Amino acid sequence: MNPNGTFLVNEIEDIVLNGYQNSMNGSLISILEDIQDRYHFLPKDALILVSERLGIPLSQTYSIATFYNAFSLVPKGKHLVSVCLGTACHVRGGGAILDKIRRELDLDSRETTEDFQFTVEEVRCLGCCSLSPVVRVDNDTYAHMTQARVPGILKKYQREKEALDE
Amino acid sequence: MINITIDGRKLQVPEGLTILEAARENGIEIPTLCYHEALEPYAACRLCVVELEREPKSQLVASCVYPCEEGAVVHTDSEMVRRSRRTTVELLMASSAHIPLIQELAAQMGIAEPRVRLESNDCILCGLCVRACKEIVGVSAISLVNRGVDKKVKPPFEIASRDCIGCSTCVFVCPTGAIKLEDIGEPKLVHHWASDFQVVQCRICGDHYLSPEPITDYERLFAEGA
Repeated sequence: MNPNGTFLVNEIEDIVLNGYQNSMNGSLISILEDIQDRYHFLPKDALILVSERLGIPLSQTYSIATFYNAFSLVPKGKHLVSVCLGTACHVRGGGAILDKIRRELDLDSRETTEDFQFTVEEVRCLGCCSLSPVVRVDNDTYAHMTQARVPGILKKYQREKEALDE
Repeated sequence: MINITIDGRKLQVPEGLTILEAARENGIEIPTLCYHEALEPYAACRLCVVELEREPKSQLVASCVYPCEEGAVVHTDSEMVRRSRRTTVELLMASSAHIPLIQELAAQMGIAEPRVRLESNDCILCGLCVRACKEIVGVSAISLVNRGVDKKVKPPFEIASRDCIGCSTCVFVCPTGAIKLEDIGEPKLVHHWASDFQVVQCRICGDHYLSPEPITDYERLFAEGA
């Protein structure tokens, strides 16, 4: 789906009804996670729809959606690039890697590329300081990062997109 | 009945009472900010902490939610309790030292100036308005959004609430005056949640009541797309 475009009520109905038919109460967070997985963010009308389906006040759903860092209310890219700026990575040049990634993706002050392929974020420690500086793209961790490796790694994910488009 | 000792007084209280309820019923005052008799206790402000004697050492518990236990020995004004409350009030003063209620507590505890300062804020996040809106009014128009230093009370999407009925219970229950009801002349009333309500005069008693109007913010939200 296009993050700026129409969002499908049926898809949310699918997630809510098919996934959680037997345990609607108490499943709010799991449902929001599923929606976040599918759209890479929580669309406003998805929150409204989920609240209505579950009979939970919208204010409560909104409260939960804004409480957890895992949820985003603004559209995010398909691939999440996390650049570690924890102490070890910072000392070993994580900042320069981040700059290089942002330049490469033409990000300026934005977090997400215009084509919604990548969202770049800073994180404080991924828990593998001996591999510093570390960059994580989705579930892949890249150790001992250098600026020179950045274009190649990003291309790998861009190619995935092109392969799908064809 | 349960036997409990509060500040050296041996009391017999019905089962199921919290320490705060037992103390207040017996004329022992415990300061609170987020507690309201009409609402579920919330244990957020930590002002109602009391010392509960335990082996090997006493512990602090929030008296508004802690049930009376058989044989419990409780101190509501010990050194341990006073220290904890002083810190709580001092932290509240960091952003809300201009609020009379906080000034009163600070004066009682002899705190002149807090050691830390934050941006001034009327809201102390006691959650009374949120709980009143949910438990008494039953519409849940507002909630606590975000977390940590960004936490605040807002309607969903931080726009005029579709669920707010303009009852102003939140304004009434707010202990600091953070939620304001503003009379901007007939026939409009505006309050903190940025909802506009038409005031209608009752033909029989002459009093005014609020009638919810369609809210344009929601139309704008859907026009934007998700």
